Amino acid sequence: MQPDQPKTIPTHGVIPAKAGISLSAPEGDSRFRGNDAVDRGAPGGRARGGWSIALSRPVVALLVLGLLAVISIVCFMTLGAKGSWNFVLPFRGRKLLALCLVAYSVAISTVLFQTATNNRILTPSIMGFDALYVLIQTSIVFFLGVGALGTLNPQMQFGVEVLVMIAFSGLLFRWLFLGEERSLHLLVLVGIVFGILFRSLAQFMQRLLDPNAFNVLQDTFFASFATVDASLLLVSSLIVGVVTVVALRLMHTYDVLSLGRSQAINLGVNYKRTIVIILMLVSVLVAVSTALVGPITFFGLLVASLAHSLVGTSNHKYVLPAAVLLAIVCLVGGQTVLERIFAFDTALSIIIEFLGGVVFIFLVLRRAAR
Amino acid sequence: MRLLAGAIIVTILLAIASLFVGVSDVSLGALLSSSAEDRAMQVLLISRIPRTLAIVLSGAAMAVAGLVMQMVVRNRFVEPSTAGTTESASLGFLVATIFFPAWPLMGKMLIAAAFALAGTALFLRILRAVPLRDTLLVPLVGIMLGGIIGAVTTFFAYRFELLASLLAWNMGDFSGILRGRYELLWIGLGCTILAYVAADRFTVAGMGKDFTTNLGLNYQRVMVLGLVIVSLVSAVVLVSVGSIPFLGLIIPNLVSLMVGDNMRRTVPWVAVMGAGFVLACDILGRILRAPYEIPISVVVGVIGSAIFLYLLLRTRRNAA
Amino acid sequence: MIVAQGVTKNYGSACVVDGVSLTLPAGGITSIIGPNGAGKSTFLSMVSRLMSMDMGTVKVDGLDVTKTPSDVLARRLSILRQDNHMTARLTVRDLVSFGRYPYSKGRLTIEDKQHIDDAIGYLNLVELADRFLDELSGGQRQRAFVAMVLCQDTDYVLLDEPLNNLDMKHAMGMMKLLRRAANELGKTVVLVLHDINFASWYSDYIVAMKNGKVANQGPAAEMIQPKVLSEIYDMEIKVHEIGGQRISLYYE
Repeated sequence: MQPDQPKTIPTHGVIPAKAGISLSAPEGDSRFRGNDAVDRGAPGGRARGGWSIALSRPVVALLVLGLLAVISIVCFMTLGAKGSWNFVLPFRGRKLLALCLVAYSVAISTVLFQTATNNRILTPSIMGFDALYVLIQTSIVFFLGVGALGTLNPQMQFGVEVLVMIAFSGLLFRWLFLGEERSLHLLVLVGIVFGILFRSLAQFMQRLLDPNAFNVLQDTFFASFATVDASLLLVSSLIVGVVTVVALRLMHTYDVLSLGRSQAINLGVNYKRTIVIILMLVSVLVAVSTALVGPITFFGLLVASLAHSLVGTSNHKYVLPAAVLLAIVCLVGGQTVLERIFAFDTALSIIIEFLGGVVFIFLVLRRAAR
Repeated sequence: MRLLAGAIIVTILLAIASLFVGVSDVSLGALLSSSAEDRAMQVLLISRIPRTLAIVLSGAAMAVAGLVMQMVVRNRFVEPSTAGTTESASLGFLVATIFFPAWPLMGKMLIAAAFALAGTALFLRILRAVPLRDTLLVPLVGIMLGGIIGAVTTFFAYRFELLASLLAWNMGDFSGILRGRYELLWIGLGCTILAYVAADRFTVAGMGKDFTTNLGLNYQRVMVLGLVIVSLVSAVVLVSVGSIPFLGLIIPNLVSLMVGDNMRRTVPWVAVMGAGFVLACDILGRILRAPYEIPISVVVGVIGSAIFLYLLLRTRRNAA
Repeated sequence: MIVAQGVTKNYGSACVVDGVSLTLPAGGITSIIGPNGAGKSTFLSMVSRLMSMDMGTVKVDGLDVTKTPSDVLARRLSILRQDNHMTARLTVRDLVSFGRYPYSKGRLTIEDKQHIDDAIGYLNLVELADRFLDELSGGQRQRAFVAMVLCQDTDYVLLDEPLNNLDMKHAMGMMKLLRRAANELGKTVVLVLHDINFASWYSDYIVAMKNGKVANQGPAAEMIQPKVLSEIYDMEIKVHEIGGQRISLYYE
């Protein structure tokens, strides 16, 4: 007997990232690897030995990662396939494309964000970027009504969301990073709490909608990979392509930025402009990955930290492709193993969150111990 | 003193208001004109009074638990949800549900409390590895530890197909409170009183180990008492209501801004304001979207994280 | 020549640098001294466009630092602050190579490499060139940063407390080196220094700041005088002449 108990609207709380999609090996790759040969040979004969070691380790790491990525992709496409290849290949191909897009976006956005903010602990997701994206999606439905969802076509809606995302994150991060210098710990904590605030606000608005609208919204938020909107995949690929072009044009500034703000300005980088552009690129990439799989807090951190330590240098032309390949191995390979071998289909995001959390605490403590 | 009396009166008024907000009509007139068997009276006795009591008890207990924790850890930004305590309690409750489904709620709650204690001890152990006790690093590590324990919990909930119930009990919500389903919260009241009795010890412990020893107190014992209180309260509230994020953080900090840090003086304030704050948030959640409800954890999540941000950025300005 | 006019910086209600107008001559070593909180580092940061100013202008050889494109300025003026926290794991040679970035934008020419080798040699870093920065001692790391700034090959070199964390031997070595850079390479070196005896011994010109203003300025010999110093630091300071150099004593 519950005379007084109103029905509570169900919430989704944790959103398991339903993995499952991709891109052919990210096109950025070959280009990044292209400038391998940047001549850094030291004139001093003594020094040469050191250089050749520094040169070969990143290359070997990239080759191994590339091989693993290819193996993951092949296994993902072929293992356990039943029925006609004509059906299986396009079906899995779309999942693979989405997975690779997500891997690429998360890896690039995290590495660039860390470079722009000059630290190895903060990532866009930890700073609440993807929660912000969910909040924007909710707000659009909240203020324009559910009708808007029906009338806007998916690409248009996605475009609007990305624009709002760029505007808001631009404001937020200008304030946080370009103002006075703040302690890293304060920034991380502020970011986490912002994330919680955004998530709570999104939930709050969802609760204010009528239950029908809420259901519609829930469907659009957490689109399952089985029914990925092919048009969104196309738009995402296009956006990611454009971002890649812009990001490549800035390639030469990344290493300078990682020297820190004062040094970057001293060396003549237009600091504010560059940072603003990078943060905009990051916002777009986060929007793409969140739109495709939903928020995954620690994936970027995991990939970026591993990439840095595998490659052993902070040179971006090695770190960026390494991070992308690692992300593909983790997502595509991890999904294949879990899905085909253990038959857990949604556990990947949980495992990533667990490992990422451990890496995070490790990084924070190691930094504090120094 | 007069201010405190004012705060108590406001809280009582909120509690009375809370009795009369809801889907069915429970007005004073309806109550007076009817006998005990009538619907209005039934609703009042079975649902409204237990609900209001649950709000007052859990609000006060969680806020005081936060205060105790801040004293014991000596950091302004810790509370059960920023130290892995809540998440550990949740893991414990899940373990109890999986392995001892037939146990009474009391038994499951005790297992949750034991896990909460272990999780908090782990948190303190990790903190010892941080040589430089950065004020902001402490909650950061706590939140992350909570995330890790949360991932483990989610994993097992997923394996045992309990994901839906896990989400339900992690979401703080008073709408399920009925007579017979909130009584464990009286343990929270016991803990609050205990915290008040031992207030001076906690204040001393808050000044550090050497200082405590110098005054002839057993530092270790004060720590353990504090952690037991915090773990019990977290477990009791989690099991009966669900988690209410940041409550234990914002209330003690706001009180500290108003009346300082002597616990003997602040415990009543924190208890009253905690209860009042949760009452206000719950009433808000009930009227904003009537006849539906917005769960308390969502309302407190919005207001609490906004206040937390304010506190973080304010401290910074003072320090500069 | 660096010309500052009415340079002002406020933090909230506190005025850290209060309408400083100052002309720093080209060539030689100029030291900025003064008590803690005088605004020395803030002033240096504004001159080098690391920090925006609330009022005033700074011109370096006629170029307004707030309006000149950053990369143009980077070939005229270099700045090294005291704390150089960096996440990137770099070798000494990597770091020094970045000094050529304003010229090459990352694609090093033969000429760039010559500059890099020269700078590494100039600071006696040849042995350490392929070591990672995080494997070096504080003094070695400081030398690596100075090598980068020299490699940048700018007319003006601004250093904020370059002797911080250096022991006597390394501090002396650093000042000697800056002296050599001023004499042999014709650099204009501007330093913020705390040790007035180092300032006295090595600089040509001294600017004293106090409470956000220029308290006094002049050639080193005129500035290292008991009366001048006592006024700046609000304490009794004796000055002795030892071996033709003016040394201050302020230990009692």
